Amino acid sequence: MSITTAAHDPSGPSGHLPSFAREARLRLAEWQLALPLSLAFAALFLAPLLLLVATSFFNDDKITQPGFASWAKFFGDPFNYKVIFDTLLLGLKTVCATVVVGYPLALVYMDLSPRLQKVLLFIIVMPMLLSVVVRTFAWIVVLGREGVVNQTLLWLGLISEPLRLLQTELGLVISLTQIEMPLMLLPLISVMSRLDPNLRDASAALGASRWRTLFTVIVPLSMPGLVAGCLLVFASSTTAFISQTVIGGVRLIYLPLLIWQQSLVVYNWPLAAVASLSLVVSVLTVIAALSYLGRRSSRHLHG
Amino acid sequence: MQALAPASPQVAPAGRTLDVDNLTVRYGSAVAVDGVSLAIEPGEVVALLGPSGCGKTTLLRVIAGFVRQAGGRVLVDGTGIDHLPANQRNVGIVFQNYALFPHMTVTENVAYGLRARGQRGAAVDQRVERMLDMVQLGAFRERLPRQLSGGQQQRVALARALAVEPSILLLDEPFAALDRNLRLDMQIEVKRLQRQLGLTTILVTHDQDEAMSVADRIAVMNKGTVEQFDTPVAIYDRPKTLFVNGFIGTTNLLPGKVMAVVGDTATVALDAGATVRLPAQGIAAGSSVILSVRPEQLVLSPVATADSWPIEPGLSLPLGSQLVHEARAAGGTALKIVEPRRRSASETQRRFCALTPDARPSLFPRSTHPATE
Ligand SMILES: Nc1ncnc2c1ncn2[C@@H]1O[C@H](COP(=O)(O)OP(=O)(O)OP(=O)(O)O)[C@@H](O)[C@H]1O
Ligand SMILES: [Mg+2]
Repeated sequence: MSITTAAHDPSGPSGHLPSFAREARLRLAEWQLALPLSLAFAALFLAPLLLLVATSFFNDDKITQPGFASWAKFFGDPFNYKVIFDTLLLGLKTVCATVVVGYPLALVYMDLSPRLQKVLLFIIVMPMLLSVVVRTFAWIVVLGREGVVNQTLLWLGLISEPLRLLQTELGLVISLTQIEMPLMLLPLISVMSRLDPNLRDASAALGASRWRTLFTVIVPLSMPGLVAGCLLVFASSTTAFISQTVIGGVRLIYLPLLIWQQSLVVYNWPLAAVASLSLVVSVLTVIAALSYLGRRSSRHLHG
Repeated sequence: MQALAPASPQVAPAGRTLDVDNLTVRYGSAVAVDGVSLAIEPGEVVALLGPSGCGKTTLLRVIAGFVRQAGGRVLVDGTGIDHLPANQRNVGIVFQNYALFPHMTVTENVAYGLRARGQRGAAVDQRVERMLDMVQLGAFRERLPRQLSGGQQQRVALARALAVEPSILLLDEPFAALDRNLRLDMQIEVKRLQRQLGLTTILVTHDQDEAMSVADRIAVMNKGTVEQFDTPVAIYDRPKTLFVNGFIGTTNLLPGKVMAVVGDTATVALDAGATVRLPAQGIAAGSSVILSVRPEQLVLSPVATADSWPIEPGLSLPLGSQLVHEARAAGGTALKIVEPRRRSASETQRRFCALTPDARPSLFPRSTHPATE
């Protein structure tokens, strides 16, 4: 917006207002456009967050005595550290798995004909079109003792008795990988399809092998998409309450489950608030670190 | 690639022959290149000239190894290279959009091919230095491509392609994005480098003036085939087909009929209303022909003669040192006449048009629907 207006106003003395005043008015106009969203954002996001912060500074579950006891209690218990650590680790494992599966898939996508690309894209987006609950229960069918995976492995004679996949972290990571895959692939594909196809040919003409081209040209240039995908998958898998509890079961405890227990089972809202805030802060810390690395790797695109 | 690349960076590589032999390329059922043959001499610059979509880029992509042909062969120094993947052909290519690696500096871009060949250390630095000096970009080594102007990017692309001492250089409309002055500079630059290195070069272009000035020979392409492969002068003066004739330079097309052929001289009655005598081969008396005359091969005169025809004078536009007249002959045929700008005589007086004494117009048989003309 400011760009178009700047084009009409080549800093000449064409108007009556000094340029800084015009600019200020312009900013105001931009703000007016953004106002409805800002208000909704404040009402639906900022206010509850502040409420959460406020709630965490009470000592008892009736929310009557202000104090730091909830914080002290939460961070005094080594078990909670383990839960935070496990949650972040689950996110990292899922991110790794989606990268390992998703990146080659994105490369394959780039080489397909437009028609096959549409088919693949539909398959990729499919998980997003289904309800989380449906997806998750489908995975129970797949991973269960009598499930598809075990039946196949037994039939092939690779195992003699069914593997335990449900209620293990492995099973959870496998299913989260599928469930979160669109979040990895969509940004990756959108960045990759904007790459100049001549770059690959230019690299080959200069004598580079396919692997060299992949690691020196394609991977560095698709970094913004990769980082965006990692951020989305990380944020989404660390907070995937339904999948975590239904597939992981109650023996695998992650922060979302802990929050649910404290708020809706034990009704200790201050403690639930502390757990929620630690989830938000720890996830945001990892995301900030990732996006810092991402921005460094895409220096060639801006600034 | 090692086999083709001379090791010593001091000696300019001797040019190689490039033979394209009956090459055919299909995309699905569409034929993009249809039986093209070109025999290119060592150190020669050949321009591929033709309208959009005629298969110029496709031909380059086959030579570089990015696209597989449906039939035919590509030979360098008499040896087939069709079985080699692109990264082992040692063919340098400059893309129309340069295709510089956007995340690498100028230095890294130029060093890319050397590194890919496993070269390391001071040798690479020296070579990059030399290439950047050659294209006069020494001061820009640490810039990223997006911090360079179009012409500078083009020179980086050239330096990158030449750094690995390719045996063949392919240029795909490398000057299309440049403004006129810069384009002229770069044409001279490329020609100089190519001479210096003795590089066999193919230059794709839309621009006939560029083809005329840079190339030793021009291949005029149309719909996947080569219509004529000859020197610029021959193509301009003796076009083999009506297509080449129309594509190169401006021309006037005058329909007529061959009245008599005596020895090598044909007498042609033009529909515009004049009888002219021309040297002609392989034309039978009685056949309908089209006479193609360059604008500078026509003159205007105030008096009627047997070999001039009446015209309706139109606009006259000065074009540099020349004057371009527009006119209409009988039957509405539009004519363009170019003459040096010296006369100031009133144009309206000169109502007759004739061939200059030294004019060598081309005759083409008129096969398409003479009734409608
Ligand atoms: N990847 C492709 N798939 C299908 N058809 C293609 C492909 N690339 C080119 N073609 C077709 O092949 C023909 C030749 O294309 P080519 O790019 O070689 O033309 P060109 O002479 O370079 O044209 P221009 O001057 O516009 O660059 C065109 O008809 C084009 O539509
Ligand atoms: Mg082209």
